[in-house]
Amino acid sequence: MIEMKGVNKWFGEFQVLKNIDLTVALGEKIVICGPSGSGKSTLVRLINNLETHQKGRIVVDGIELGEDLKAIEAVRREVGMVFQQFNLFPHLSVLENLTLAPIWVRRMPKKDAEELAMQLLNRVRIAEQAAKFPAQLSGGQQQRVAIARALAMRPKVMLFDEPTSALDPEMIKEVLDVMVELAQEGMTMLVVTHEMGFARTVADRVCFMDEGEIVETGKPKEFFAAPKTERAKLFLSQILGH
Amino acid sequence: MSPARPAFRSSPVRWLRENLFYNVPSAIVTLLLAYVAWSALAPFIEWAFVNAIWQAPDSKGCREAKGIGACWAMITEKHRFILFGTYPFEQHWRPGLCILLLLALYVVSAMRRFWRPALALVWLAGLALIGVLMWGGIFGLAYVENERWGGLMLTLLLATFGIAFAFPLSILLALGRRSDMPAVRILSVGYIELIRGVPLISLLFMASVMLPLFLPEGVSVNKLLRAQIAIVLFAAAYLAEVVRGGLQAVPQGQYEAADAMGLSYWRKTLLIVLPQALRVAIPPLVNTFIGLFKDTSLVVIIGLFDLLTSIKVALGEPAWNGFGVEAYIFASLVYFTFCYAMSQYSQNLERELARGKAHYLREN
Repeated sequence: MIEMKGVNKWFGEFQVLKNIDLTVALGEKIVICGPSGSGKSTLVRLINNLETHQKGRIVVDGIELGEDLKAIEAVRREVGMVFQQFNLFPHLSVLENLTLAPIWVRRMPKKDAEELAMQLLNRVRIAEQAAKFPAQLSGGQQQRVAIARALAMRPKVMLFDEPTSALDPEMIKEVLDVMVELAQEGMTMLVVTHEMGFARTVADRVCFMDEGEIVETGKPKEFFAAPKTERAKLFLSQILGH
Repeated sequence: MSPARPAFRSSPVRWLRENLFYNVPSAIVTLLLAYVAWSALAPFIEWAFVNAIWQAPDSKGCREAKGIGACWAMITEKHRFILFGTYPFEQHWRPGLCILLLLALYVVSAMRRFWRPALALVWLAGLALIGVLMWGGIFGLAYVENERWGGLMLTLLLATFGIAFAFPLSILLALGRRSDMPAVRILSVGYIELIRGVPLISLLFMASVMLPLFLPEGVSVNKLLRAQIAIVLFAAAYLAEVVRGGLQAVPQGQYEAADAMGLSYWRKTLLIVLPQALRVAIPPLVNTFIGLFKDTSLVVIIGLFDLLTSIKVALGEPAWNGFGVEAYIFASLVYFTFCYAMSQYSQNLERELARGKAHYLREN
């Protein structure tokens, strides 16, 4: 589904990603964790070309990412993304947030798009808010709408960039519950998160990143029980220690 | 249960006591200011209303009352010249109808429920009809060359076309200024900086005096059209910077969310970015529109007969010479009416568009 080979990226002189190799199979769920500034977000954002890489190969769903705009848009149609700050469109109602891309990108008739949107809003348990505007919802509700919005494109892969980091603690669970359900339905997922409970429940693999490298990859059980590298040990002791 | 919020009782007496007569010094200041206001206002009211002459066949009565009462008769007598300029007198119903048509178009466009693509067609039809009425030459209407158009009608035409063409152009310029393509960016920046750095008067001069020198012999662009183009080009440069301010207020995350769902550049711009950017920019946009509306009066320097020029010419007649105060008060009232309407409308629009912004905490 996703193949990254020898991917490098620099911001000016600073190298954010160093020789990243990562393959994600259809239906696989990967959790990416690591200290801040380790390049986790950048790595995820490369997959739908919100950031561009300078060296290496990235192939998503059989399409290689490069200069070609058409290829980029084709990849973006198949890859859904959920952001830390939700990034809902404030001038559109919840329902319009969901129907926009299906109508304008997938050329779906408006009625079908609205039907699909209501289904998805039901699925994230927020259908009764369809007519409201994003600013009228709580953070947890907004993030669930954002997940539904990404699903409305019927993507093959879902990317999550720290989906719970901007939420108040009492709202984290409602968002994680939706994500767990999604995982159990077989969606291919790449999730940048520090929610280790989530990683234990759904991840097939955990990738630990530090200073632009994937330092360690393993099954969650093994990774949490016995991290192989010192850096991973230190990181885990810091986030689980309190 | 939380205690009920105490009710605030308000009455005119209470309001007066709290705001104007709070204590002795405040009462003294209030009375003093009231006296100053009255002594300035009373003579004006006497002059403008009580002693005013509203109708007179000639200016004799006015001359006798000069200094005592206003001579609104001058406006009554010359109103058709002020509204329609040198347009043939017996054909005045045509520009009159056009003014009504334009006002109707403004009102319809101001209502949000008519904001749909068909509105553009209504405008096209309306403007075509106005063109037919103003020029004539068909349907048995006598032909009137546009050198003879004038008065309020001309002011409205210049302002309407000025805004209608400058606004879309300014959006393109603002987008161009933020483009990834260096050529587009440099052109946009160059245009904006160049035009903004030149006074409108000199642009009008260039359009009317210099442009014909560069055109091949025999080709002539109408004077009115040249002035209109100069106004559009000038306004677009200013508006572009206002629109750019709005664009900068749209958070990066909005662009990323639109990109992530595979929207193309133009769809992203039209569906996500501009609706948010223009909403933020409403107050400064309307500010610029109001400025543009008044700036159309500068066409006087190239000899076009707008509202203000008509008034000036009317004053030049021996009979009405010397009644400038009345004439200019009238002109100010006309300008004020249009500008105030724009300002009120923009405030309503802001309030209406802000509904979606009602905050979660305020509602729950």
